[in-house]
Amino acid sequence: MRKALFGKKIGMTQYVKEDGTVVPVTACELGPCVVVQKKTIEKDGYEALKLGFGDQKIQRLTKPIAEDLKKNNIAPKRYFGEIEAFDPSLEVGSEIRCTIFQENDTVDVTGFSKGKGFAGVMKRHGFGGGRKTHGSNFHRAPGSIGAYTFPAEVWKGKRMPGRFGGEKVTVKNLKIVKILEDKNIVLISGAIPGRRNSLIKVTVK
Amino acid sequence: MDIMQVIEKEIKPVDRSIDFEIGDTVRVHYKIIEGNKERIQVYEGIVIAIDNKGISKTFTVRKISFEVGVERVFPLYSTRIAKIETVRKGKARRAKLYFLRDRKGKSAKLKEKRVAKSAKNEAAPVNQ
Repeated sequence: MRKALFGKKIGMTQYVKEDGTVVPVTACELGPCVVVQKKTIEKDGYEALKLGFGDQKIQRLTKPIAEDLKKNNIAPKRYFGEIEAFDPSLEVGSEIRCTIFQENDTVDVTGFSKGKGFAGVMKRHGFGGGRKTHGSNFHRAPGSIGAYTFPAEVWKGKRMPGRFGGEKVTVKNLKIVKILEDKNIVLISGAIPGRRNSLIKVTVK
Repeated sequence: MDIMQVIEKEIKPVDRSIDFEIGDTVRVHYKIIEGNKERIQVYEGIVIAIDNKGISKTFTVRKISFEVGVERVFPLYSTRIAKIETVRKGKARRAKLYFLRDRKGKSAKLKEKRVAKSAKNEAAPVNQ
């Protein structure tokens, strides 16, 4: 079972290792998360833990969620999400903190990427484009989108301009560089998707 | 305080403050690791820029080596810096001395800053 936790992205900085090398890191606030519901095979058909993260005013929650939290004596939470049930001893109401991670753990980070709006093919699909100068009349356009009489149509899935970003993205195989336990801060090497303060999910490999 | 500043304060590897100013000539004692041996190399030159970037704060030192201009950017909070000595106080009227790149010989020199007599008697500030 893969351990996971929800949190938010804070921002990027640098971390100096013991030997003096500098690594770029993203600071994330992970947890504390509260187990809101335990999903079981008998009742739901699969095993999972529903977690709540971040504080919220009670009047901003829908009634069913608010009542459910009240019943289990859990403070109102802003975000909810499911993770694999990695520890059977966890019950509804118990808290998970960033102590489940260790330094040097390899993790996958899932987030919601920054929206780029309506983007062209160079930005969206990494097309090469044409020359900017020397009389070139072909700069950032997609070029040919297919042959003529055969197939007489544009293939489905042809890479074209359109809405880019603002979708779920997972970055795999990042390393946990440092854990600041008392502040619930975890430093993860490299960049992670999304803007600052956006919800992320960190999963240990 | 901004949470980012709190984090950077916590992970700062060395507590070092800047004792020199733009235009000063400094000697940077920099640790170099060759294989498993460690030795200290001294780099001397004029500080032409200080970039305040939080924990990534850097300073640029320029010198002329065998008639070729060399510039090195040091991270201020690097654990590889053993110490920084100020050799000579330079007189500079701007924050970035990039104009020195276009100058050669005597015109690339800065006038020495006159310091009060009492301060002169003190030893050159050494930053450990």
